[in-house]
Amino acid sequence: MKKIQFLAMFLVMGALAAFKADTSVAGYKVGDVATDFSLKNVDGKMVSLKDIKGAKGYIVVFTCNHCPYAQAYEDRIMALDKKYKALGYPVVAINPNNPEKQKEDSFAKMQERAKEKKFAFPYLLDEGQKIFPQYGATKTPHVYILQKTAKGNVVKYIGAIDDNYEDAAAVKQKYAENALDALLKGKDVTVKETKAIGCSIKA
Amino acid sequence: MILKRISLFVVLFIITLLFSCKKEVSNDAPKEPETVPEIVEDTIAVPKPPKPLKVYSNDTVSVPAYDYAGLEYYLRQKNDTTYVVNFWATWCVPCVAELPNFEKINTNYKKNKIKVILVSLDMAKMIEPKLLPFIKEKQIKSQVVLLRDPDADAWIPKVDSTWSGAIPATVIYNSEMRKFYERSFTYDELEKEISNFK
Repeated sequence: MKKIQFLAMFLVMGALAAFKADTSVAGYKVGDVATDFSLKNVDGKMVSLKDIKGAKGYIVVFTCNHCPYAQAYEDRIMALDKKYKALGYPVVAINPNNPEKQKEDSFAKMQERAKEKKFAFPYLLDEGQKIFPQYGATKTPHVYILQKTAKGNVVKYIGAIDDNYEDAAAVKQKYAENALDALLKGKDVTVKETKAIGCSIKA
Repeated sequence: MILKRISLFVVLFIITLLFSCKKEVSNDAPKEPETVPEIVEDTIAVPKPPKPLKVYSNDTVSVPAYDYAGLEYYLRQKNDTTYVVNFWATWCVPCVAELPNFEKINTNYKKNKIKVILVSLDMAKMIEPKLLPFIKEKQIKSQVVLLRDPDADAWIPKVDSTWSGAIPATVIYNSEMRKFYERSFTYDELEKEISNFK
């Protein structure tokens, strides 16, 4: 019996050691309720999801100035906003990077970029880098499509905008649009999660 | 009897722990490649690298480009060498910052059968103006290959199921074990990780 106890102890220790190695980032999974926030927009005003009138949901995009992948998707993010804002799903862009670590992602540079590209959506700074870890964003661009429901803003899709960062013309799967179209039709999103290369977030 | 119950409880507890614990660092045994053309195990002939989609070169530097099926060869070599495969790009600031550490490992551990492979994710328009001059200027000695495969959702999970897609990212493997890291490395950290690969 002692032997069994010893073995059990050993196993527990092993399991605990394995548990300790668990450093995975917590974050939302599809179906979770996403937090709202109050972050400073490039126009100097604070923006919260709840303040956006007439929304059925939101396309929350963690993006930034400096990342070539984010740059490659800028026009496509603008196109998403243009198409889906009228249908009740506006884009809300958040820069998760710490400007101290990435000068090109400073608030002033964000303002410049928004003006240059004529962003028609909020471009917010995650000041203190507190919101992106709650969402579980790891890179830019990283998209979360939320649906407004009675219990809160439910995450319906996490991942990439489409399957070709380099060439918008060669895209085969428009993941974000497919998810939004399904939601607008009251259907289930078929591809709920996708992965893409991106720039790691500099917190 | 009570002890037996306790033991049973402990075992159940362990099982729960094991299942609830998602490890970021995956040390899964290498999975059989799904899309790679069969590499014939042969004791005499060493499998040759696949034919690149394209080779980018200037006067001094030459880099082969592969889609994921081609790249997989570099992620699944079975011999007595330990491979350190780093995913990077010239535009990725933390990647470029840690690159000298990988270079140093490649040089210092050559005789210990450790080989660094740098997988560049530079975009098409950056290869000639940025990547090739960078390799020349920094005198990169590690092997550099390009991954040119836009369908990232298909190949990212094949590199490692826990990879979110952020770079820098690194796979260290040999014929015995394999580990994936979505993080940056200092030289000492890298050296420490490699010491686990015997």
